Amino acid sequence: MKLLYFAWLKTKIGKAEETLDLPAGVATAGALVDWLKTRGPGFAEALKDRRTLRVAVNRRPVGWDFALKPGDEVAIFPPVTGG
Amino acid sequence: MIRVQREDFDIGREIESLTRGKTSIGGVVSFIGTVRGGGADGIRSMTLEHYPGMTEQELTAIEAEANRRWKLEASLIVHRFGKLLPGERIVLVVTASSHRADAFAANEFLVDWLKTKAPFWKLEETPQGERWVEAQSTDDQAAKRWVKS
Repeated sequence: MKLLYFAWLKTKIGKAEETLDLPAGVATAGALVDWLKTRGPGFAEALKDRRTLRVAVNRRPVGWDFALKPGDEVAIFPPVTGG
Repeated sequence: MIRVQREDFDIGREIESLTRGKTSIGGVVSFIGTVRGGGADGIRSMTLEHYPGMTEQELTAIEAEANRRWKLEASLIVHRFGKLLPGERIVLVVTASSHRADAFAANEFLVDWLKTKAPFWKLEETPQGERWVEAQSTDDQAAKRWVKS
């Protein structure tokens, strides 16, 4: 699957995107964030408070209970500030 | 119609090409969002990041929703990304209708919704350094006015 990080998430995690296999036992967007948090201090800091984050799967905004499947494009970002 | 681009846009030319020949139009409303500089924060520039692909999809959905809710003869959203200086244009929203009420309401709706739904993020450069703009609860409240109960 493809993972994308935007705005300060990108800065804290240290990269804009990466490709990885959907980890075993990770079924939802929320579970993916919990799993990512265990990958290092940058991830833990960036992802510590889910209320400050939003998630999109295959470019559509979804909730944390959204079911993931292999090959999905998952984007994690802060609330948007355009306009 | 929606467009996401790095370069500036010409307001007159955009409105002209959107409305030319459409004689059913009786009123055109435009909103132009610009980079607010100076002030206590001393903003020197602003960089807009976005999520290519999803941005276009969200703007298209927002525009379609406006067209479902109001009777529009034409509509346009142009949103820029990249580094912008104070005074530069960020976004253009144009709505045109037979009677002005639809164009005014739809325009305000489009601006409120794109601020809370389109995946753009603003990075401000100030004398103290860079900082990501935080989402405003006032923007959320403005967008919620349009949620149908």
